[in-house]
Amino acid sequence: MKRFLPFLWMAAVMGTAGLAQVLLNDYYQRVLAVLAINVILAVSLNLTNGFSGDFSLGPAAFMAIGAYTSAILTLPAQTKAIALPDLPPWLGQIALPFPVATLLGCVLAGLVAFVVGLPVLRLRGHYLAVATLGLMVILQVVALNWQALTRGARGISGLPPFTNLLWAYGWMLITVLVIWRIVYSPLGRAMMAVREDELAAACRGVRVFRTRLFAFVTSAIFTSVAGALWAHLITAITPSSFSFLLTFNVVAMVVIGGMGSISGSVLGAALMTLLPELLRRVETALAIGGQPLYGLSQVVVAVLMLAVMLFRPQGLMGQREIGDVIALLLRRDRPTQPVAPVGEARRTA
Amino acid sequence: MLTIQDLHVYYGRIHALKGISLEVRAGEIVALIGSNGAGKTTTLAALSGLLRPRSGVIYFEDKNITHLPVHQIVRLGVVHCPEGRQVFARLSVAENLQLAGAHRSERAARMRDLQRVYELFPILAQRRNQYAGTLSGGEQQMLAIGRALMSGPRLLLLDEPSLGLAPMIVESIFRVIEALRCDGVTVLLVEQNAYRALQLADRAYVLETGCIKIHGPARELMDNSAVRAAYLGG
Amino acid sequence: MFTPSYLAQQIVNALNMGSIYALVAIGLTVVYGILRLINFAHGDMMTVGAYVALAVLTSLALPAWAALVIPIFVVAAVGVLIERFAYRPLRGAPEVAMLITSLAVSSLIENGALMTLTAQPRPVRLPAELTQRVDVLGINIAVMDAVIVVLALVLMVGLSLFVRYTAIGIAMRACSENVRVTQLMGVDVNRVIATAFAISAGLAAVAGVLWSGKFGLVDPFMGFVPGLKAFVAAVIGGIGNIAGAMLGGYLLGFAEVFFVAFMPSEISGYRDAFVFALLLVVLLLRPTGLLGAHEASRA
Repeated sequence: MKRFLPFLWMAAVMGTAGLAQVLLNDYYQRVLAVLAINVILAVSLNLTNGFSGDFSLGPAAFMAIGAYTSAILTLPAQTKAIALPDLPPWLGQIALPFPVATLLGCVLAGLVAFVVGLPVLRLRGHYLAVATLGLMVILQVVALNWQALTRGARGISGLPPFTNLLWAYGWMLITVLVIWRIVYSPLGRAMMAVREDELAAACRGVRVFRTRLFAFVTSAIFTSVAGALWAHLITAITPSSFSFLLTFNVVAMVVIGGMGSISGSVLGAALMTLLPELLRRVETALAIGGQPLYGLSQVVVAVLMLAVMLFRPQGLMGQREIGDVIALLLRRDRPTQPVAPVGEARRTA
Repeated sequence: MLTIQDLHVYYGRIHALKGISLEVRAGEIVALIGSNGAGKTTTLAALSGLLRPRSGVIYFEDKNITHLPVHQIVRLGVVHCPEGRQVFARLSVAENLQLAGAHRSERAARMRDLQRVYELFPILAQRRNQYAGTLSGGEQQMLAIGRALMSGPRLLLLDEPSLGLAPMIVESIFRVIEALRCDGVTVLLVEQNAYRALQLADRAYVLETGCIKIHGPARELMDNSAVRAAYLGG
Repeated sequence: MFTPSYLAQQIVNALNMGSIYALVAIGLTVVYGILRLINFAHGDMMTVGAYVALAVLTSLALPAWAALVIPIFVVAAVGVLIERFAYRPLRGAPEVAMLITSLAVSSLIENGALMTLTAQPRPVRLPAELTQRVDVLGINIAVMDAVIVVLALVLMVGLSLFVRYTAIGIAMRACSENVRVTQLMGVDVNRVIATAFAISAGLAAVAGVLWSGKFGLVDPFMGFVPGLKAFVAAVIGGIGNIAGAMLGGYLLGFAEVFFVAFMPSEISGYRDAFVFALLLVVLLLRPTGLLGAHEASRA
């Protein structure tokens, strides 16, 4: 019976998603879809940043790849003829179904991540972070300038609104399931070993570089799924949709939720989805001199992140999963987490 | 002058110092000997404020210095010359010395001490404008001690001054330490070279895995059979 | 099209951009040298400086030169406060933690400005003396352009002297080698670090004021990209090395301006991609930069 529990959960989620799709109004559906997309983003980023110990600032880049690829592939041929007249004919004439387009986006993102990861993952720590940031800027500039492919700053609009709650939550479940299986497997333990002490891990036979590259590529693949979903939810994308702001918010989800906890990322994503919605009312209500307080939700996010870094660096969940927390509450014995939370490496000197 | 009472120091979960107590009286040279990992450097780091003990007290001249910030402890006269020299390689010899004396207000005293350092270590005077990173190991150790002197120490904490140095240089350094005693500087010497340390010191403590195993006048310890067996080569 | 006067104008532009990048890069590198912190909020010090300058200029009650001087003090104070409350508690934490914190601080400043000052770019009206054009060595340039280069040079020389000869300067250099041992010298390291932040922020403020003077606009996000590019400059020159930051700043300024000036217009839009590709190349091939010889553990 226990073995079927995950499947029951998944069925429950999908069932709820289906019901919501039928019953709820557009606004709530939109929020729920964004929630699923954010969960995908957060859980993917956590794979590199939290579990593998490689702090990447690249989500926006891979999201953009997924979004633009799937957009160009799903856009009907007539629209492409007008909007993107300079596309090569083999691209200009096809219009692929949503899942195929999404998968092709994954393939491209995975390839880019692999090719980029080979040199870039030789860096560590904050140098790696800055390198991935550089990648984001480069991609943004390419998107802005390669007019034939992307329409530059005008972006691509009129995308078919394929993203509904079933797709969103379906992909979300796949993402969480796959990443969960990876993390709580020998490969995942290898990643965590690399995160804690690379030299020791190498001595134990862990193929350090391959492990990190695997995490990086996998993360990119799922991030691109999120991009495809996003594109077909908003139905219009521009290069500035995939900016540093986006990356920052995904980082916030992971940091606040807990780097090293998948449930934490889910919580973080939920928080970051609901917070702007709640604060949007406040922004307009608290207008200063007639101007709504745009930026308030971002300020709150920044303050939250600072609070977490200063007072609870391990985030909400630390490295525990929701199962551990529940067990803790029920005082049951669980196999212990072998490593100290990320934030506790401070010395007293 | 210095009293440590029941000091416990932890590195994360590792219990490095398990309740040690020791005393240094004014004008003495006290040696702290023991093998690698016994906790000697930890003791000095706790004294100078680089490490915070979890419990226990440290008194210097009747003042509780256990939780004071490092730079204040230095200004009270407790100066730690760390192990491994750790001179500032990209500063000149003179700048290294100048930095160490910068917190002192009386210029005359600083100048006097600078002269004393150049007297004790003529080679430093010669190389005063060279980058400290270009000095040899022995010269760097001299610079490290010179720096410590520039801070105006009443109690000098010396961490493994002989480490990695040729015997002749070790001799000259130990002679300098002896000379410092005449200058009125009290010394707490941590050394792996137990023999030389016990020869030089008035009293000594033997530290083993975080606890003081034996202590007493240096002469007695040199004759102690257990000490001889463990640290003096039988 | 590539006439001597076009070339001369490009050189002037390159010198200007280089000067600004150098000022910002120095601040970044000084802080990195001491704390090993990549301060993402550094570019935003430029923004704050520019807004303060704007406030001074529009107030009319203060002379024009105050628009340069007042921001220095204000932003230096802001830098010191940020260090005290956001970075000092995290000293000793893993480097990524400090990076995340600096990201949060940066976002806080940018969005705080957005919230209170709106995203509307504000024009900067320079006093007439600065917009005049003069002939220097046969080239016709705006006074502002000359001011930028001269001021930057003066500040850089001043800083180099400061770091070389003053007691605090020596302490700063010592801290960048080994903070613990510097403490053992009786140096109040917190004060040294605060000074480093004050200087670094002050330089960024000047850079911000000069930038807003050159481009005539101020907006909440103006410092973000220059801040990143200054980081590229610092890395090129050798992170942690002041001379390296200056060199890197000017190299980047020239590289950027010449890329735009001499590439066909379809390519010149890729300017920022070019800059960051440079960063990647340097990080991968020579992470210590041109003049640096810092940590070996980057690979």
